[in-house]
Amino acid sequence: MISLAGRDILHAWGKFVFTGVGLGLLIGVTLTMAGVYRGMVDDAKVLLDNSGADLWVVQQDTLGPYAEPSSLYDDVYRTILGMPGVGRAANVTYLTMQVRLGERDVRAMVVGVVPGGTGEPGQPVYLIAGRQITRSHYEAVADIATGFKLGERIQIRRNHYTVVGLTRRMVSSGGDPMVFIPLKDAQEAQFLKDNDAIVQQRRRTAANPAFNRPGTPGLLDAVIASQSVNPYINAVLVQVKPGFIPEAVAEPIRRWKHLQVYTRAQMEEILIGKLIATAAKQIGMFLVILAIVSAAIVAFIIYTLTLGKIREIAVLKLIGTRNRTIAGMILQQALGLGMIGFVVGKIAATFWAPIFPKYVLLEPGDSVRGFIAVMVICVLASVLAIRAALKVDPAEAIGG
Amino acid sequence: MADMLGKGIRIEGLRKRYGKGDTAVDALKGVDMQVAPGEVVGLIGPSGSGKSTLLKCLGAVIEPTGGRMTLGEEVIYDNRWTTADLRALRRDRIGFVFQAPYLIPFLDVTDNVALLPMLAGRSNAESRKRALELLEALDVAHRAKAMPSQLSGGEQQRVAIARALVNRPPVILADEPTAPLDSERALAVIHILNRMARQYETAIIVVTHDEKIIPTFKRIYHIRDGKTQEEAGEGRVFEPDGG
Ligand SMILES: Nc1ncnc2c1ncn2[C@@H]1O[C@H](COP(=O)(O)OP(=O)(O)OP(=O)(O)O)[C@@H](O)[C@H]1O
Ligand SMILES: [Mg+2]
Repeated sequence: MISLAGRDILHAWGKFVFTGVGLGLLIGVTLTMAGVYRGMVDDAKVLLDNSGADLWVVQQDTLGPYAEPSSLYDDVYRTILGMPGVGRAANVTYLTMQVRLGERDVRAMVVGVVPGGTGEPGQPVYLIAGRQITRSHYEAVADIATGFKLGERIQIRRNHYTVVGLTRRMVSSGGDPMVFIPLKDAQEAQFLKDNDAIVQQRRRTAANPAFNRPGTPGLLDAVIASQSVNPYINAVLVQVKPGFIPEAVAEPIRRWKHLQVYTRAQMEEILIGKLIATAAKQIGMFLVILAIVSAAIVAFIIYTLTLGKIREIAVLKLIGTRNRTIAGMILQQALGLGMIGFVVGKIAATFWAPIFPKYVLLEPGDSVRGFIAVMVICVLASVLAIRAALKVDPAEAIGG
Repeated sequence: MADMLGKGIRIEGLRKRYGKGDTAVDALKGVDMQVAPGEVVGLIGPSGSGKSTLLKCLGAVIEPTGGRMTLGEEVIYDNRWTTADLRALRRDRIGFVFQAPYLIPFLDVTDNVALLPMLAGRSNAESRKRALELLEALDVAHRAKAMPSQLSGGEQQRVAIARALVNRPPVILADEPTAPLDSERALAVIHILNRMARQYETAIIVVTHDEKIIPTFKRIYHIRDGKTQEEAGEGRVFEPDGG
């Protein structure tokens, strides 16, 4: 027996390829949507991996530092260093903001790290050009995704920084590239007030009788000086010593230091389960709608193609073709269309994924799931056409 | 005629009523007909007289209301279908030729013909061999690899005849097979049907309005108002050029 479906497809290949390409672009969009989600998850994992930390120490009762604001005193790390099992501990600050370069600005996550602390958690892992930050002020290491070049002068708040190094794949959980600057500058950037506000604050402090008591000269100056420094950081990243289990190291810090400590697994749960959960649902909705639209298109095309062959189907039935054979022919055509669509979609998605501004990760597993979904949709979509074909009366072939 | 009884087609008192109650139409009111193997008979009658209805009953696509039909030695209808698998009956025992050839547009000429033996479970190779033999006999073997849309009307009709014959059915039902053809081609088709009827011992019924071919039948059934009347035809033999 020959394949009736195959012959029909070969005969009308133009129609099939054309509709297959249309369907394929839709499938490509669907695969890309899944890739956007995977990219978000991957960005979150990369953020955690590249931070090089085993534990995140943050303000009590917060989900910081990525999902919620968290602030700690910048000397907390010293006491943490004294805890059993702690190998390295480093202060970091995170602040997502616009970083200016001349006229244009780039959305970036500004990370404050201790200069010269190469190898400590939170530092850029490896550089593709230039060097690490060595001075305590006005140097920056930027992810290449920012588009900054070595030697360029970028502006963060009121200060200018020279790009001394470039790194790659250092992104925030939102996919924004990172810009590393010295910790002190970052602390200042986070809490820096404009000049008017500083003048205002000084006036208010000076007007406060509590700081102007006779007999304690210099109190006002001391208060004003303390107001203009920012002793806060967002988190302390901890590497545990070899042979220690992170959770076992975390527990005493939680208990004795009254700080929140997250392990890598808990942090991942926060990022993926909470931070990008709404975005994931959004994408899920898109996937459902795209699946329905694809199904409607396949159903419509297969139905129309079948209606165009009513006469042939009547003749096939008259000369003794089984209903099963005819249903099989329609089903195979639907699957064939799905196959063309999937191949086109996969190629299209692979082609356009790198052009997206945020990371799009096309996982082979998603392709397999997508392929199965396309096939299932095609089977369901051919039901309508098969019903129409089975209703065709062989007497129609003889006519009036 | 007596030696032919028990072979070919026999129809006795066949009735067909469409619909029920007030709107019922009695399309066939007791049709009697006999066609011997190797014989080509004409079936003529005015529009609405029941020709297509008779072919559909014989072709096992609509159920008669009453009467009896015999194919070869076997009663195929005796107030109910006695043959369980009408699909197999149509496939193996009846060949159809229509006014339009109705070839399957996505199969080439060979496979259009070979499809029937394939459906009957024969191998592709054997089916194609049989198809080519018939295409040879019908003078269209040189177009065996062409698609139906690339053939002339007469060639298409010959392919349709090959398809009707390929499973060696005892009966061929032809509904206006010459309508779209000019008189020379129309006569050629009738010549082929006569030759094939003799060669394969097939009983052939040709429904027609076509004045050109009516003189070629030896016997003609007139159908009027759902009843048939047999009469002798001229039985003029037509030999195509060079044949
Ligand atoms: N499906 C049907 N339902 C009801 N009546 C029908 C049906 N098919 C045919 N008829 C009626 O049965 C009668 C015979 O119809 P039939 O098609 O057999 O005529 P015919 O001889 O083939 O005519 P023509 O030469 O015009 O094709 C007509 O009166 C027609 O209206
Ligand atoms: Mg008719």
